[in-house]
Amino acid sequence: MLKWKKNDIYFVMAVAAIALCLICQRFMFSKEGARVVVQRDGKTVGTYSLAEEERLVFTSEDGGKNVLAIRDGKAYMETADCPDKLCVKQGAIGREGESIICLPHKLVIQVTGGEDREADAVAMLQN
Amino acid sequence: MKKKTAYMGLFLAFALILSYVESLIPFYFGVPGVKLGLANLAVLLALYRYGWKEALMLNIMRVFLSGFLFGNLFVIMYSLAGAVCSFLVMCLFKRMKNFSLMGVSMAGGVFHNIGQILVAYFVTKTAGVVFYLPILLGAGMATGLMIGLIAGNVMKYLGKGKAEER
Repeated sequence: MLKWKKNDIYFVMAVAAIALCLICQRFMFSKEGARVVVQRDGKTVGTYSLAEEERLVFTSEDGGKNVLAIRDGKAYMETADCPDKLCVKQGAIGREGESIICLPHKLVIQVTGGEDREADAVAMLQN
Repeated sequence: MKKKTAYMGLFLAFALILSYVESLIPFYFGVPGVKLGLANLAVLLALYRYGWKEALMLNIMRVFLSGFLFGNLFVIMYSLAGAVCSFLVMCLFKRMKNFSLMGVSMAGGVFHNIGQILVAYFVTKTAGVVFYLPILLGAGMATGLMIGLIAGNVMKYLGKGKAEER
């Protein structure tokens, strides 16, 4: 029963290859981020610079509260009243593309790039 | 036939105990969605012992029951997506002959996480959740391998035959 079969190996290699590609791609394009974008339910609530020191409180419609702290170029969820506290456990983020996600409150905090290139690109596409 | 009902009840109880044990373990990798997937052990055993219909029933029942017992509606939705996604793939892989129990279990672990990522994507509507994909893929394989190995050993002692159920 505990014998490996041919397709097992192929499956493991395929998944490992995909994961490695994703990781490589991440490391190649990952830079220190400059600001965090806070979104709730897909809509942007606010954009904050990582260079500043701040404590921000986000309250969702059903009363859920998240406290986001920004310090030393990193952002982290200080406290939250969601049941699992996963967003607090996710720790500090500061590199481009990293994010903190609080699923119960549908809150996403994401680090974006240094220059305004991305914002420009979005603006260009919209015009 | 009647005994099978009793055995299915045992399997469901087993799955619920595993879910409970899992909810007790403060096991956290730093990434949302990474879990041991212990309950999948019961599903895997049922899948190999009885078949997909029984295993599917067991899977859905345990998601709802453990969700109401240890979680909330949100948890149910989240874990149902993972459970269904992983279950479909496990059935498919089991049917394709060249996969062993570990392969099936690993595929289940990986696709469980893919299903949860998809839910996270639809809930938050942010592509950022994909950031965790490589870690979740690796974690799904590791936990799937572990569960597969355990299931293989358990099956040795359970026996594949249904002699005791006649």
